[in-house]
Amino acid sequence: MTRPPGNRRAVAGAVLLAALFAVAFLGPLAAPWRWDQTDFTAFRAPPSAGHWFGTTQSGRDLFALTLRGMRKSLLIGLLVAVLSTGVAAAVGMTAGVLGGWVDRLLMFGVDLLLVLPSFLAVAVLSPALGGGTGVVLVIAAFLWMITARMVRAMTLSLKERDYVRAARFLGVGPVRVIVRHILPHLASLLVVDAALNVSLAIITEAGLAYLGFGAQPPDASLGTLIADARGAAPAYPWLFASAAGPLVLIVLAVNLLGDGLRDALDPSVPRCAGRAPRRGPRDGVPQALCAVRAPAARAPGKREDAA
Amino acid sequence: MGRFLVRRLAGHAVLAVVAASLAYLLAAASLHPRPDPPGPAAGPAPAAPADRAALRRLNLDDREPLAERYRVWAAGIVRGDFGRTLRGEPVAAELWRRLWVSVRLLAAGSALGFAGGVLLGAYAAARRGTAADRLVTAGSFLLLAVPVFVLAPLLQIAAAAVDQATGVQFVEWVGESSPGAAGGAFGALGAVGDRVRHLALPTVVVALSQLAVYCRYQRGMMLDVIGADYVRTARAKGLRRRDALLRHGVRTALIPLTTYFAYTVGVLLLTGMFTEQVFGWHGLGEWVVDAILRGDVNVVAAANVVAAVAVLLAGLASDALRGLLDPRVRARA
Repeated sequence: MTRPPGNRRAVAGAVLLAALFAVAFLGPLAAPWRWDQTDFTAFRAPPSAGHWFGTTQSGRDLFALTLRGMRKSLLIGLLVAVLSTGVAAAVGMTAGVLGGWVDRLLMFGVDLLLVLPSFLAVAVLSPALGGGTGVVLVIAAFLWMITARMVRAMTLSLKERDYVRAARFLGVGPVRVIVRHILPHLASLLVVDAALNVSLAIITEAGLAYLGFGAQPPDASLGTLIADARGAAPAYPWLFASAAGPLVLIVLAVNLLGDGLRDALDPSVPRCAGRAPRRGPRDGVPQALCAVRAPAARAPGKREDAA
Repeated sequence: MGRFLVRRLAGHAVLAVVAASLAYLLAAASLHPRPDPPGPAAGPAPAAPADRAALRRLNLDDREPLAERYRVWAAGIVRGDFGRTLRGEPVAAELWRRLWVSVRLLAAGSALGFAGGVLLGAYAAARRGTAADRLVTAGSFLLLAVPVFVLAPLLQIAAAAVDQATGVQFVEWVGESSPGAAGGAFGALGAVGDRVRHLALPTVVVALSQLAVYCRYQRGMMLDVIGADYVRTARAKGLRRRDALLRHGVRTALIPLTTYFAYTVGVLLLTGMFTEQVFGWHGLGEWVVDAILRGDVNVVAAANVVAAVAVLLAGLASDALRGLLDPRVRARA
């Protein structure tokens, strides 16, 4: 039996991502230059044995700078994804389970943040919060809303399942209902969503840095490297390629992983019928699981639930 | 249908007011209109007044209480006055001029991107599993991974290579028009041609960045629809496969896409920011980036208002579009 294409894509993405992680974090051990060193004998030198990706206009080693940018992108992507998906899950499930005015208040907040131009807001806030953790917090603050809506919609339908009602009639509190009976059903959705948020966060960070709102001059990010190289791109292509290439590869790897995971975890009807729930809760009924998960999981993207 | 739209409009208006206020408060709280510390390192000193009294006249003094500044700003907005820039010019006039530049830049590209993406996605779904489908899918995956600020320079490099190989400059890379194009041998026709040559590359960038997204969505939607009973019924009635898919498949698959459409306006504004920056168009996006770097609060707030209104109008447009495509919406309202 051949593996489904989703699985193959997920594996390809995971392998590529692992390779990029290895290069970014182990590369400095092998590289001849550090990112904060300057070679005063080589300005805008093309790639060579001494400078694997060449040097910048001010004689800094491009390979080391690119690795630093990659580390930053990867870390920010991971942290933002974990944070924003966590917030989305918490808000969506709270709104869904509690209902009433809590639900209305939270959903108004979601609508509000969706209307606010998020990139502008992030750009406005980023200088005030400084680099590093500040950027992570700000980007995460504007990435969770659509997922929260999806989680809420699924929670609402899960809430009517017999086992959840049984638990509630037995006097189980809302927190325990969320953790024990609702969260397990949302796990695959959240994993896929986190993967997609990684690539969004990475592009946002690079875009901010590109426009000058992120990492400041002595420091480097893939965005600032691309901005520096853009004007001279036709004449000195390695300047542009060495920063743009890794960025595209990282985003591509993450997208492949996320999209493959969605297909692999998609319990669409034909495959679901013959398969036991992978990690359903003890009281979960396979058919019920299919019926609940199928509509959201079969939708091709995470955004059309947004209205 | 009418009442449905009015109800949505009222909800959207409340949201727009709160969002615009929040945007102003964010900008006013975190931006500081004076270079700090003031010095030659901050570049050429702006013609702006550096003293506190002048800043206060412009309602830009960040030592004033936030609530007071917000009150003055909101009172102005109600009268249709967006305040003044750091240089003391009215924001509104420049805002409309720049907005129009951005519209000229983005309109053709986004329309092309939407139409192309939907058709390509539908085509790929109809030819599922073939080489054409795999090519479209792989292409859209690759395109999705390339941010605008990488795509635009790449196209510039490609255009430079073509120009060099052929010895003729086909397209212009910078600005919206060349000075004096209308005075050339071809008169007004020359001016139009000049504008088209300037518009070509940015339009391709905008179209490609939109195309990939729509293509992915439309393909997924079509795959859900393609095996549906009503498509089979249409075929049984005697429609050819192509007609059945175009008339019954694409239309149904477009319905969920209209919801997404509203939010692509935000993405589109963002695309505009980068495209204007790369191609040297003096549009809204370029202005906002400069304003944030300078700490020009009123400009940033005005741009936020425009963006929020644009997103809500697009939301309304997508509601109307869904009403047109989906009779169930009209029945419910």
